[in-house]
Amino acid sequence: MAKITFEEPSGKLHTVDMAGGQSVMEGAVKAMVEGIDADCGGACSCATCMVYVAAEWEAKLPAKQSDEKQMLEFCPHVQANSRLTCQIPVTDALDGLTVKIPPSQH
Amino acid sequence: MLESIVIVGAGQAAAQLIASLVQDGFTGSVTLVGDEPHLPYQRPPLSKKFLAGELSFDRLYVRPAAFYEKAGTRLMLGTTVAQIDRQDHAVVLADGTRLPYSTLVLATGSRARTVPLPGADRPGVYFLRTIADVEALKAAFAPGRSLVVVGGGYIGLELAAVAAKHELRVTVLEQAPRVMGRGVGPVVSRFYERLHREEGVDIRTGVSVRAIEPGHVVCSDGSHPADLVLIGAGALPNVELAREAGLTVGEGITVDAQCRTSDPAIYAIGDCTVQHHALFERGLHLESVHNALEQGRIAAAAITGKPIPAEQVPWFWSDQYDVKLQMVGLSAGHDEAVVRGNPDQGRSFAVFYLRQGMLLAVDAVNRAPEFMVSKQLIAEHARLDPARLRDERVAVKDLKG
Ligand SMILES: Cc1cc2nc3c(=O)[nH]c(=O)nc-3n(C[C@H](O)[C@H](O)[C@H](O)COP(=O)(O)OP(=O)(O)OC[C@H]3O[C@@H](n4cnc5c(N)ncnc54)[C@H](O)[C@@H]3O)c2cc1C
Ligand code: FES
Repeated sequence: MAKITFEEPSGKLHTVDMAGGQSVMEGAVKAMVEGIDADCGGACSCATCMVYVAAEWEAKLPAKQSDEKQMLEFCPHVQANSRLTCQIPVTDALDGLTVKIPPSQH
Repeated sequence: MLESIVIVGAGQAAAQLIASLVQDGFTGSVTLVGDEPHLPYQRPPLSKKFLAGELSFDRLYVRPAAFYEKAGTRLMLGTTVAQIDRQDHAVVLADGTRLPYSTLVLATGSRARTVPLPGADRPGVYFLRTIADVEALKAAFAPGRSLVVVGGGYIGLELAAVAAKHELRVTVLEQAPRVMGRGVGPVVSRFYERLHREEGVDIRTGVSVRAIEPGHVVCSDGSHPADLVLIGAGALPNVELAREAGLTVGEGITVDAQCRTSDPAIYAIGDCTVQHHALFERGLHLESVHNALEQGRIAAAAITGKPIPAEQVPWFWSDQYDVKLQMVGLSAGHDEAVVRGNPDQGRSFAVFYLRQGMLLAVDAVNRAPEFMVSKQLIAEHARLDPARLRDERVAVKDLKG
């Protein structure tokens, strides 16, 4: 279980309790977090599940695999702290994670 | 009177429509009627991770049951709509029950195409469209068994890849001179033929199947042993309800830019439609997740009077072995195909399709950066220099020059 907080583009905070055995993207979609489009359903093919990770969390997340790095390289609105939520499995270690949703996924 | 929406077909397009209606503040009632006994689910994993046993059943669902409950959606699963009564604004279910609507949305998708082959209805012959299809197939999936895939489209090839990994003996029979001919250019087809051969799959092109007999498939180039047979002959849009109701139907149910059919009270979304695409200046019938989601969003905006989301460049993906294919745009009408990287060696290259220098489409094989950049470039009608595209010393960010 992990409590993960999404800051929606409007500034609204949305805290979601997520069980393990799924990705952060899946947890967010189930909770109707606005702005996580996840068009490819987690196949690392669309880059519409992107978020900005709070500085103190960047190093604590599992490292990016090459698929994710490649998709992020030219992802619209990308920043150095961008991650694809479908590539991050929910674990207890993520409890307290805060991420920010980009203005648009396109 | 409160607006009441009836949605026919509980697939990905329908699920997106409901999510977007909620987001767009729709307050009327929604009834979702679907003939499969499942909540809307994702089909792409059926021939990929779900078939491979890497994804559990519940993770196929687009949204959990609680979502529909919260949205106030009335679910009628395992229920078939038999007819549309446009005069009376009602749909008629198979058992005769009538459901009145003020707005009707057809999200009936497509179904696996059957083939008129002798023996095609024998046990041991499978299709790959639904969860039920995969459950049946999985039960017959065992190492050492021989599988013949009739049809070298992307679904048949994805299945072949999973089967090869599970140590089945796999043969793919394609009638056309090359595999995936409908989706990609010849360079990419040749690459996929090599890829599958490297992985131990016997790929035969230009062969026609004559009959399916117990234990083997009879073909123009001889007979192939087959404990199981998959028919991968493409899909047919489910347009019958619309046609019988007198709606305009072409390659799919014809819809306008707002996903409205020829009856203003009826919308259609997803695989079952054909829609004019401004960027490509023609009607497109697309069978892709992206199209299903986009049209779900568009119809929700139209119904709630919100601004219609801007048109996007169509795209598609396919995963086979460790190779990710991402296709964006449509290559029809191109006069030049420029290859970046080496398709004859390794597993990473991209093909750019141009018309008079304007980028129309890209097939990217393990080349996500090229894919992502091209999405933008196609939307911009960018004109590109083939020499730069070909030159790997030019960084992807500088392709535009
Ligand atoms: C094996 C497989 C792999 C795929 N892989 C990819 C991929 O990698 N990438 C990609 O972009 N796309 C892929 N696709 C295509 C993608 O899944 C479809 O484009 C998408 O599912 C279309 O969604 P839809 O909602 O329009 O239709 P569907 O998902 O087909 O849903 C329509 C539903 O309506 C039901 N229905 C029809 N008529 C009636 C009626 N009269 N009454 C009640 N219910 C009815 C149908 O039974 C069905 O359940 C794949 C498809 C398959 C089958
Ligand atoms: S959901 Fe498509 S890349 Fe994450």
